Amino acid sequence: MDLAMQQQKAVQLRADIIKMLYLAKSGHPGGSLSSLEMMMALYYNVMKVDPKNPKWEDRDRFVLSKGHSCPALYAILADLGYFPREDLWHLRQYGCQLQGHPDCKSTPGVDVNSGSLGQGISIAGGMAIAAKYLKKDYQVYTIIGDGECQEGLVWEAAMSAAHYKLDNFTVMLDHNHLQIDGDNDQVMGLGDIMKKFEAFGFTCYKVEDGNSIEAVVEALRKPHNGKPKFICCETVKGHGVSYMENVAGWHGKAPNEAEYLQAMKELGVEIDG
Amino acid sequence: MAEKQASRVAYGEELLAQGRINEKIVVCDADLSQSTMTCKFAKEFPDRFFNFGIAEANMVCAAAGMAHSGLIPFVSTFAIFGSARAYEQIRNSVAYTGIPVKFVLTHAGLSVGEDGGSHQTIEDIALFRTLPNMTIFVPADAIETKKMVRAAIDIDGPVYIRASRPVMPCVTEEDTPFDPYKAAVLREGKDIAIFTCGLIIDESLKAAERLAQEGIDACVVNFHTIKPFDNETAVEIANRCGAVITAEEHSVIGGLGSATAEALAGHSSAKFARVGIQDKFGSSGTPARLFHEYGIDADGIVAACKKLLAE
Ligand SMILES: Cc1ncc(C[n+]2csc(CCOP(=O)(O)OP(=O)(O)O)c2C)c(N)n1
Ligand SMILES: [Mg+2]
Repeated sequence: MDLAMQQQKAVQLRADIIKMLYLAKSGHPGGSLSSLEMMMALYYNVMKVDPKNPKWEDRDRFVLSKGHSCPALYAILADLGYFPREDLWHLRQYGCQLQGHPDCKSTPGVDVNSGSLGQGISIAGGMAIAAKYLKKDYQVYTIIGDGECQEGLVWEAAMSAAHYKLDNFTVMLDHNHLQIDGDNDQVMGLGDIMKKFEAFGFTCYKVEDGNSIEAVVEALRKPHNGKPKFICCETVKGHGVSYMENVAGWHGKAPNEAEYLQAMKELGVEIDG
Repeated sequence: MAEKQASRVAYGEELLAQGRINEKIVVCDADLSQSTMTCKFAKEFPDRFFNFGIAEANMVCAAAGMAHSGLIPFVSTFAIFGSARAYEQIRNSVAYTGIPVKFVLTHAGLSVGEDGGSHQTIEDIALFRTLPNMTIFVPADAIETKKMVRAAIDIDGPVYIRASRPVMPCVTEEDTPFDPYKAAVLREGKDIAIFTCGLIIDESLKAAERLAQEGIDACVVNFHTIKPFDNETAVEIANRCGAVITAEEHSVIGGLGSATAEALAGHSSAKFARVGIQDKFGSSGTPARLFHEYGIDADGIVAACKKLLAE
């Protein structure tokens, strides 16, 4: 699929995310919409995976460390055929394989549980260490949030990734500048995040438009230089739905019916029942 | 009867009220102030409110530093992250020295609902209960929550108050006395006793109503304080009724059920069973559906009572 078509697909997946959350009546739209293109860059362009064989030993690994953004991941996994798209409409319901936060025991294609911020990046680092030890050449990718960077665990993971020279490990930051209580700077400022990861021993790249699949793919293809790689993607929280964009209040709230209809209209997507 | 209110909302209100009369009170949160409701205090007292961002371990130790400096810090976040994530910090920096850090952690238990198992603490009481010097309160309703906040300030040591997300009906009155060291009988009965706490009190009262229709006279007791546990009341009522069920929104391991079993062992020959989460994790769903599926709603309690009495 060429990049123009992927950008078109992003519109449909965005609509799927909104519909999922509308039907679930809860969940996290803001961070799902900001990180959608980052995940699409991985799943449609870079990662070696096989939807028919989710547990394929040599697949690249992906850990959604900011686990609350799983609606975006679920929309992609359904599109790739890991499970029927129909399942998306049962998100967060009792007995559904799509849990409120990623659960690898119930969802095909989810490599690791997450939802408790800070832990995913650490687990991903462990997977990269294991790949080296097992002499496997798969890559490990993780997406973290900017609020998540406040967790000490993120920095413990960063230190060990550099120490073990994990040049098979890529940490992507969804830099949407918002968390729950407001701006990062207002809650607990991150300072110069590029310099921090650089100081921790990462090869760092910045993507000015993290909601452009093409721009993210370009950064993903850049060299590691023998180190773990950090990609700071500048994104817009709530990207693509006007009233959600850059509004902290849309972190963890589902749209009501009127908001759902407005979002679909803005996206130009037909409501398919 | 008073209006329905979530315990976390009552906490936010009482924290603000106490903040107005006690300057030593400071508040720490970890990017969840609008959910834990510490936002009310933050708005009126911005210089006494400290948002540590998403960094629970640092928040707990910083609160310990504040307590060592003569302040009374209230620490709030979701119960899962405030208990388990920062547990070793709570143990060594707070409980070990017995300093007065007050943990009011919200969104405990299955009643978090749709967020799923990663966010549903079923083990927080067990964790806190094993810590020497710790006091543990589980509020019955909004009114009792406020009394607990005041009691926590008076206690010279660490306290955990387990608050929850959903709106709760009121099962106590403003003038119901709150003795932190005495369990409170909510309904008298002679055939079986239901020892319960928190959101499951309402389910237990409903269960008692239904049992009454079948001629079973159940007594319902609010064990709002899990530690120190009111062993005396537990033994006395158990021996009087001859059968005891514990019912809680927590694992049967380490919570009210365990505390009761420990109290009764060697002091009562009453029949005994525990209603609670049977050693498994939570999952996504509405709170009502989860309570039903995990057997901790009125249906589950009625069934457990009948089974025990038939044994
Ligand atoms: C350890 C932990 N603490 C608190 C939370 C509650 N929580 C969920 S999302 C969130 C904010 C995340 O902000 P950010 O990392 O910036 O995510 P994004 O903006 O990409 O959604 C918080 C505090 C959590 N999930 N895990
Ligand atoms: Mg953010």
